[in-house]
Amino acid sequence: MSAFWQLLGRDVLIAWKEGGSIGIALGFYLVVVVLLPLGLGPDLNLLARIAPGVLWIALLLSALLSLGRLFEADFEDGSLDVLATGALPLEAVAAAKALAHWLTTALPLIGLTPVLGLLLNLNPDAYGVLLATMLAGTPAVSFLGAVGAALTVATRRGGLLLGLLLLPLFVPTLIFGIEAIGAALTGADSFRASFLILTAISLAAVVLAPVAAAGALRFQLQ
Amino acid sequence: MLAMQKLSHRLANPSNFMALSGRLLPLCCGLAALLLIAGLGLAFFGSPPDYQQGQTVKIMYVHVPAAWLALMIYALIALSSFTLLVFRHPLADVSAKAAAPIGATFTFLALATGSLWGKPMWGTFWVWDPRLTSVLILFFLYLGLMALRASIEDEALAAKLTAVLSLVGIAILPVIKFSVEWNSLHQPASVMRLGAPTIHPSLLWPLLVMALGFMALFAALYLKAMRNEILRRRLKSLRKVAATGAGAALSQQAAV
Amino acid sequence: MDLGPHAAYIWSAYAVVVVTLAALIGWLAWDGRRQQRWLEEIEARGIRRRSEPTEV
Repeated sequence: MSAFWQLLGRDVLIAWKEGGSIGIALGFYLVVVVLLPLGLGPDLNLLARIAPGVLWIALLLSALLSLGRLFEADFEDGSLDVLATGALPLEAVAAAKALAHWLTTALPLIGLTPVLGLLLNLNPDAYGVLLATMLAGTPAVSFLGAVGAALTVATRRGGLLLGLLLLPLFVPTLIFGIEAIGAALTGADSFRASFLILTAISLAAVVLAPVAAAGALRFQLQ
Repeated sequence: MLAMQKLSHRLANPSNFMALSGRLLPLCCGLAALLLIAGLGLAFFGSPPDYQQGQTVKIMYVHVPAAWLALMIYALIALSSFTLLVFRHPLADVSAKAAAPIGATFTFLALATGSLWGKPMWGTFWVWDPRLTSVLILFFLYLGLMALRASIEDEALAAKLTAVLSLVGIAILPVIKFSVEWNSLHQPASVMRLGAPTIHPSLLWPLLVMALGFMALFAALYLKAMRNEILRRRLKSLRKVAATGAGAALSQQAAV
Repeated sequence: MDLGPHAAYIWSAYAVVVVTLAALIGWLAWDGRRQQRWLEEIEARGIRRRSEPTEV
């Protein structure tokens, strides 16, 4: 078990020290959100209505940017082969890397969200719910993303392909996240159900995605 | 069950498959032609206009079978993928590879006919109603399968990775459908419901005949596509033999 | 046959189906003939599944 934490710690440390990819993800998040009022006009009411959706989508796209490199570095320099034959099962390796992505990319993005919410005139009541749905839903993004990353680790133009592969997988998380926010704001009954389903999807992804990712990696490491 | 196993065993040999499919193919073509002509006849001359939608309900006779096939073919690909990964059946990948473009085509047809049905019904060519939205996402799943396979040069590896992706897809597909339907339940009702909840027999019969015709057509296309793929693989290995044979002959000449 | 005010949409829908399926059938038929022709060529050159033993 300690091997899992060691791997996790090492990946988190690398991401923090390198800093670049976290910065890029945050920068991209900012750019996408800024583009929207520029493209749609500064009508604050309109922005307030679409803010939760815009923020969720921008977050998904920003997370997508860094997912492509999840296994890349270790695959290319042979570390993944070593990890695959080591004490830790490949499923746990995949899970550690997905968790590292969540900690070093998803959480900072969520951290930036309140600031971006100001830019979009987000309803003050919505801040709490928005952040809650993001915290509950982003594990699905990181873990399903790991499956996509495993499938495309060896392909050159993997980045574009990754988006095509992953976006359908993100649709349920997006829908239930937005639905929960909407329900919370209007006081509808469906909030609890939407939020629970959102969380359930994330939990299922955390458990099942490492299996698929490890399977895909094994085929490529032989 | 045992008979199925024996059949799949015999079919594992591509030559056996070619022989069997060679006999089945004309049958499927004939059956498809028969059913589709009968279906079209029923649709255009044997079924009345819908009391709500008028004659445009006739689009249903191509839209619904296309959508059913789109879903069934994806399930077939997932089943083939499972067979590849678990049983290593030699023809499993041929099946998955052959079915994908056909499935994508029927998905496209479902979307196109759905859109053309929507314009007179709802006034726009596209509406985010749950059924159309699910089919659109299914289209992306198909494109993803084909794009992933195209991006990997090693055919054996491409087979396995595409199989993994299709299994992930089939697992997520019910969740996607559920989420899209949930979404429309809680949105303000700006979308009209598609047709009456129970379908009148005079509309049901042409629909069923057309659906069966589409399925027979798919069977024919699928068998043909699998045959083409087997030929392609045979050709590829023969070309490799030719190349190494020529190389060996050249090096022999040089040694003399 | 009177298909009502939206006849154009009905015809277009059926046309899309016919054209697309015809294209798919055509492609499958063409591809099959092409592979078959290449296979016959290469087999005519005497290439078999296993390479011929060469005299040394």
